[in-house]
Amino acid sequence: MRAGASAAHSRVSANPAAGSSPSRERADHAVVVAGLALVADPAGALYWPDEKLLVVADLHLEKGSAFARRGVLLPPYDTATTLARLAGVIERYTPRLVIALGDSFHDGDGPVRMSAPDRASLKALQRGRDWLWIAGNHDPDLPTDIGGSFAESLAVGPLTLRHEPSQSVSDGEVAGHLHPVARIAQRGRAVSRRCFAGDGRRLLMPAFGAYAGGLNVRDRAIFGLFGAAAFVAHMLGAHRLYAIAAQRCLPD
Amino acid sequence: MTLLDNPGVGLLPEIFARWFASRGWTPRAHQLELLAKAQAGRSILLIAPTGGGKTLAGFLPSLVELSAPVLPATATAERRRLMSTGRGLRRDGGLHTLYISPLKALAVDIARNLETPIAEMGLPIRIETRTGDTPVSKRQRQRRDPPEILLTTPEQLALLLASADAPYLFGSLKRVILDELHALVLSKRGDLLSLDLARLFRLAPSLTSVGLSATVAVPQELARFMVPQRGGVAARADLIVAEAGAPPDVTMLDSRERLPWAGHSARHALAEIYHLIMAHRTTLVFVNTRSQAESIFQELWHINDDNLAIALHHGSLDVAQRRKVENAMTGGLLRAVVCTSSLDLGVDWGDVDLVINVGAPKGASRILQRIGRANHRMDEPSKGVLVPANRFEVLECRAALDAIAENAQDTPPLRIGALDVLAQHVLGCACGEPFLACELYDEVRTAAPYAGLARADFDAVVDFVATGGYALKAYDRFARIREGKDGRWRIAHPNVAQRYRLNVGTIVAADMLKVRLVRSRASKVIPRGGRLLGEVEEYFVETMVPGDTFVFAGEILKYEALVEDQVYVSRAASEDPKVPAYEGGKFPLSTYLAARVRAIVSDPGSWRELPAQVREWLEIQQWRSQMPGPRELLVETFPRANKHYLICYPFEGRLAHQTLGMLLTRRLERARLRPLGFVANEYALAVWGLGDVAQRIARSELSLDALFDEDMLGDDLEAWLAESSLMKRTFRSCAIIAGLIERRFPGQEKSRRQVTISTDLVYDVLRSHQPDHVLLRAARADAATGLLDVRRVSEMLSRIRGRIVHKALDHVSPLAVPVMLEIGREMVYGEAADALLAEAADELVKEAMQ
Repeated sequence: MRAGASAAHSRVSANPAAGSSPSRERADHAVVVAGLALVADPAGALYWPDEKLLVVADLHLEKGSAFARRGVLLPPYDTATTLARLAGVIERYTPRLVIALGDSFHDGDGPVRMSAPDRASLKALQRGRDWLWIAGNHDPDLPTDIGGSFAESLAVGPLTLRHEPSQSVSDGEVAGHLHPVARIAQRGRAVSRRCFAGDGRRLLMPAFGAYAGGLNVRDRAIFGLFGAAAFVAHMLGAHRLYAIAAQRCLPD
Repeated sequence: MTLLDNPGVGLLPEIFARWFASRGWTPRAHQLELLAKAQAGRSILLIAPTGGGKTLAGFLPSLVELSAPVLPATATAERRRLMSTGRGLRRDGGLHTLYISPLKALAVDIARNLETPIAEMGLPIRIETRTGDTPVSKRQRQRRDPPEILLTTPEQLALLLASADAPYLFGSLKRVILDELHALVLSKRGDLLSLDLARLFRLAPSLTSVGLSATVAVPQELARFMVPQRGGVAARADLIVAEAGAPPDVTMLDSRERLPWAGHSARHALAEIYHLIMAHRTTLVFVNTRSQAESIFQELWHINDDNLAIALHHGSLDVAQRRKVENAMTGGLLRAVVCTSSLDLGVDWGDVDLVINVGAPKGASRILQRIGRANHRMDEPSKGVLVPANRFEVLECRAALDAIAENAQDTPPLRIGALDVLAQHVLGCACGEPFLACELYDEVRTAAPYAGLARADFDAVVDFVATGGYALKAYDRFARIREGKDGRWRIAHPNVAQRYRLNVGTIVAADMLKVRLVRSRASKVIPRGGRLLGEVEEYFVETMVPGDTFVFAGEILKYEALVEDQVYVSRAASEDPKVPAYEGGKFPLSTYLAARVRAIVSDPGSWRELPAQVREWLEIQQWRSQMPGPRELLVETFPRANKHYLICYPFEGRLAHQTLGMLLTRRLERARLRPLGFVANEYALAVWGLGDVAQRIARSELSLDALFDEDMLGDDLEAWLAESSLMKRTFRSCAIIAGLIERRFPGQEKSRRQVTISTDLVYDVLRSHQPDHVLLRAARADAATGLLDVRRVSEMLSRIRGRIVHKALDHVSPLAVPVMLEIGREMVYGEAADALLAEAADELVKEAMQ
């Protein structure tokens, strides 16, 4: 048992049989958190091979219909898009456990509005593996009929997985909530991408949802979290990630 | 026809004749002809040069009609008694004439100018304006008790029509006057106006229209725009072409200085421009971009030893600042204004005696209209001087001078009505009164731009307005408009109308940031307040880092910080701004002028007309490489510094060349020629890479005909559109105009990006799930002519088919020098964002290893 000892609401045991990493064409991009080398996927997911554990943050499912309810009729295909993207990552890593790191639905009524086909895709993804919904600020109380189990946070090994990053320094924390985006300028052009942001002790996950917006890593909310520019933005490219030091990232 | 033969003379009431005489004026032939036709109930398009009394001509029929006592001359109150309209009550009299102007300021100025004759003749006519600045109380009163003449803008008209009392307000309307029609019809505002006109013609059975326009290529098209189309033969307004004034006196500056190979600063000619300003009373110095305006204004002040009053005017400056310049101009206080297209339209300034156009003329009609801003008197010629900023622009100026001499026009053809604008209009109609789809479809097709609208497209638009138009019917319960049992569509909730009113209009500015001047920041305290200098597009600031310097509002400024939608800047000590490229308001080279430039280039006999240094340049090109024929495409290849270059000369404008460059690099990539980048200017495109194109051609392994085949507009274009940021920008404006997403308003919080919605993300999702969605079709239609200019590329590819001339060279040719000089100044390899990321990441690695 390597489960962490922090005051988590839920724990899982480490998988002793883990370690055989699935064959993949892409070169793995490693990010280190609390001494653990984790795999950051260009789709915006995080994989821990030893535990066969896959983390995605801020799916914001049914954001389209949440806007539609207020009269802004965004294309109703965001949930399907996000789930298809998630299916691709799950196929790539065949995780034993999937953790949705909060704000999985854009609002508490999201699951009710979800279409039958989308609901079926979600069920298919959950089949044959464990699934944990971490509570987010958008979806603190999810209905139980969407499958999986529920927790406020999760401690596993040296990691603590929670939705909102804690304000105090927190070793091994993996969090979402802030939707980090990094911006660089090169040859007179600026490129903005979703990114992981980490300093080796703490890792911020990019938002995974099709309609999830972003917050510049130079924003005080993120910059302040790391105390200074001593972190790296791992920007999501089409087929790989690009590590850029925070000092090189531009503000908006 | 002499004046006395004119049938209009008898129609001019005594009081008007006396007023004209009191001013020492004689009514012009076109004014009387227009009056006669108007009284015969005709719609009329008047084409007249500036200074021809066009505005007065337009209003004359209405002033004459309103001056005649309709009812026995009694007190106004009695004249305006209530009467039934069937739907409600309206006042007798009521709104008689509606005037639509593209500029709010112009409407206000015209109203002021009309007050004079009305007051001097003592006419019982109330004339009012309605703009975004009109106070709410006055707006409400105008609906209840409209003036006889109302002056407004297309957007305000749309708002007036989208209300239940529109039939009451417009039922009595007799005439609509469309000013600067040539400018209005060019954009989506014209689409919106055409739809509103269609509605007006239905609401007001006895309505006629008067269009006022500068000279255009095909006046019949404007004449069609002005009246309802009812299937079959095109209906047109009658055409009156005013006597042309004296032909303009236009020359090209024959600079004694060395002509630059590239660039747009015209620095070499500044002393000569300054002397021209000194030698004239008032000069307008037109330039093509805001960055040019800024730099030329700066440079002129550097050499302004006589302290001439020279001002700056462009669309990004604060409104108050612009008004100040305009007022100073009206007051005759200025010697020169350096300006952009921001002064293309507007009230006449009689004192301007010289127009200087710096840089490429871009179009023959466009340059004529600009030069027409000088000397608004019919009998004196307008005086213009064209100042080319580089060698290629000399050719373009020459072509423009030839076109002016022939009085050739090259205004673009009438637009096909955009579907996103139609969506906005359909929602507006539902906000007014419930509509039957079949009736509205018939009404919409009476608007010329929409005459060919298919029923399926109309239905798709209505479906979009109702529930988003998605194949997946997920939003029935969130519908914005619903079809009732009576078959009529009405809004589902009052707040739909409220939202419509906030989002009306077709002008989607890039997200603008306010520029505020503060003191340079020593500490890390975030500055606040500061004087407002103007606004810049968000994407301009995107690439800047604090400390960068740039020129804006006539000063060299240092970028300090961006806080929400405010850019804080301070005065820079530096003399040399680091970020030169603040480009705004670029117009593409007109197809017509491009053809003329190609003709000059291919005809050495015509080079005599060119300045010696330009002639020499072309002659060396002919000797070292060759000149392309008028319908040919010259492709040069040469090696340079371990790279292989391919230069082609389509002369189709920068936007089309950029699109071509994007598509060509894709193809070269597939041919394993490893392209590295490209740059485009108005005349040429340069692509470079590691593969030797010339060698491949020599070995018959690559055919230029295949490389430039039109099929690149198929899959290659589609694949590129999927990721093109230009396409995403195009989609964004369609989404805003159509009402899919809402405009952002100043003061709305911008920093919380997590909760706002990005249209780029919406574009990606919609494109992969429903590629034929009506908004994507609208965006593609825009891309054909807008930022991507796909139509131009397509026409060019078909023109040059089988006519590609390849010249394999040892080194760069004279003709290639200008575009080669753009490398490093212009953005390179437009869309390969991942390549840039890789580069940035690699640099980091390098840094770490050193």
